[in-house]
Amino acid sequence: MKPSVWVKMDTWVRHLVPFGITVFLLLLTAIPTHIPGFSGIAPMLPLMGVYYWAIYRPDLLPAWLAFVIGLLYDIVAGTPLGVNALVLLLVQGTAASQRKFFLGKSFAVTWWAFSLLTAGAIGMAWLLLSFIKGRPLDIAPVAFEYLMTLALFPLLTWTLARTQLAFLRDV
Amino acid sequence: MKQSGAAGRLATLRLLVQRFAFLSLIVASVALMILGKADIVLIERTRALVADAIAPILDAMARPAATIAQVTENFHELANLRTENARLKEENAKLMHWQTVARRLEAENTVLHDQLNYIPDPDPAFVTARVIGDMGSAFGQSMLLGAGAKDGVRKGQAVLTGEALAGHVAEVGARSSRLLLITDINARTPVMLEATRTRAILTGDNSQRPRLNYITGSPTISVGDRVVTAASGGAFPPGIPVGVVSSVTDGIIRVEPFVQRHRLEFVSIVDFGLGGILPFERPPPPERRRRGKEE
Repeated sequence: MKPSVWVKMDTWVRHLVPFGITVFLLLLTAIPTHIPGFSGIAPMLPLMGVYYWAIYRPDLLPAWLAFVIGLLYDIVAGTPLGVNALVLLLVQGTAASQRKFFLGKSFAVTWWAFSLLTAGAIGMAWLLLSFIKGRPLDIAPVAFEYLMTLALFPLLTWTLARTQLAFLRDV
Repeated sequence: MKQSGAAGRLATLRLLVQRFAFLSLIVASVALMILGKADIVLIERTRALVADAIAPILDAMARPAATIAQVTENFHELANLRTENARLKEENAKLMHWQTVARRLEAENTVLHDQLNYIPDPDPAFVTARVIGDMGSAFGQSMLLGAGAKDGVRKGQAVLTGEALAGHVAEVGARSSRLLLITDINARTPVMLEATRTRAILTGDNSQRPRLNYITGSPTISVGDRVVTAASGGAFPPGIPVGVVSSVTDGIIRVEPFVQRHRLEFVSIVDFGLGGILPFERPPPPERRRRGKEE
């Protein structure tokens, strides 16, 4: 039996969830928190989104969508266009190509792999920006941003896993 | 057998296409970085357009966050009521003394102005805008503001919070604009030391305390000296408070800005009628004269 229009539309909307959630994470990062000392070390939530969906649903957040999110990231954050696009693209590519390794592994392994990948991603963003600006950027806030991102990973993964169960269990 | 071979070939082809698409995306991002470095107007316009499109969403999201921040701030203030009161009483005593001094100086100043036929500075026009986006990234210190070209914001205008300088407008869209803080790695602010009138350039480096560079002469600079904007370069009017010198070590002088990034909720974008910190418009290309009209 052919699925009706409504079913198709429902599936289509559900398939938009990974992209939508990741963009939402991006906007969430952009909210002025008014917490002293927090700005400058805010965690890179969109990176976690891209990483999670690259492992569990790479069909719904393919490389080009990661690229688009990266461009949006650059525009909202005010970084030179292309920097975060390249970083998120490579994160998506790396995670998606290694996803067979992750499936069925414990959470600690995912976290460990995320710590390596994020170190690479943030290191690369640092390198690219230092190159573009013509002088090395301050390392300390970058290191803190990395630690913040790592620390928030469990909470975010749990949320994303809940989302996946709620919307994408059988589509 | 034949069918599976075809399917296999199709799968290989698909993989190749995917690889190719991935590679071209990498090339595209590198190309964008190079184009951005060359300051292409198109890239700037695109950025402004997209920022304009997101601005209403960010604005809506920023409001509840500001409310929550206010509530927590209230609790914090209640807890510190006693100490705060003692501090304010002490400060008030000091300020009363300064008020007397200021009154006397004001009277003296008026008399002197009259004698010299001094022309006062015109009152600047300003717009007040809400901070709608702060990525809080370690790679840049900028914020999105909820006012743009429609509201009269122009590139290069000074952004103040209260009386202190926060930064300048770096990008302008129709409904949103980007505030580049004085602490950003791209920010260069012409300043002077208030007491000695020594000129210098305040250079941001993404840390909380920007550096003082290119100091004229070799004055003695000590911790606690006030830093205000200088008129050099026609960027800002002189005398807007910027910060105080916080450390002098091995020739590296750092300034603690008055502006506190986390406290920025509303800022004033001020039009002093000066050029601002950036060359806004490129000079128009020289008009091509027709050969016949040259004589």
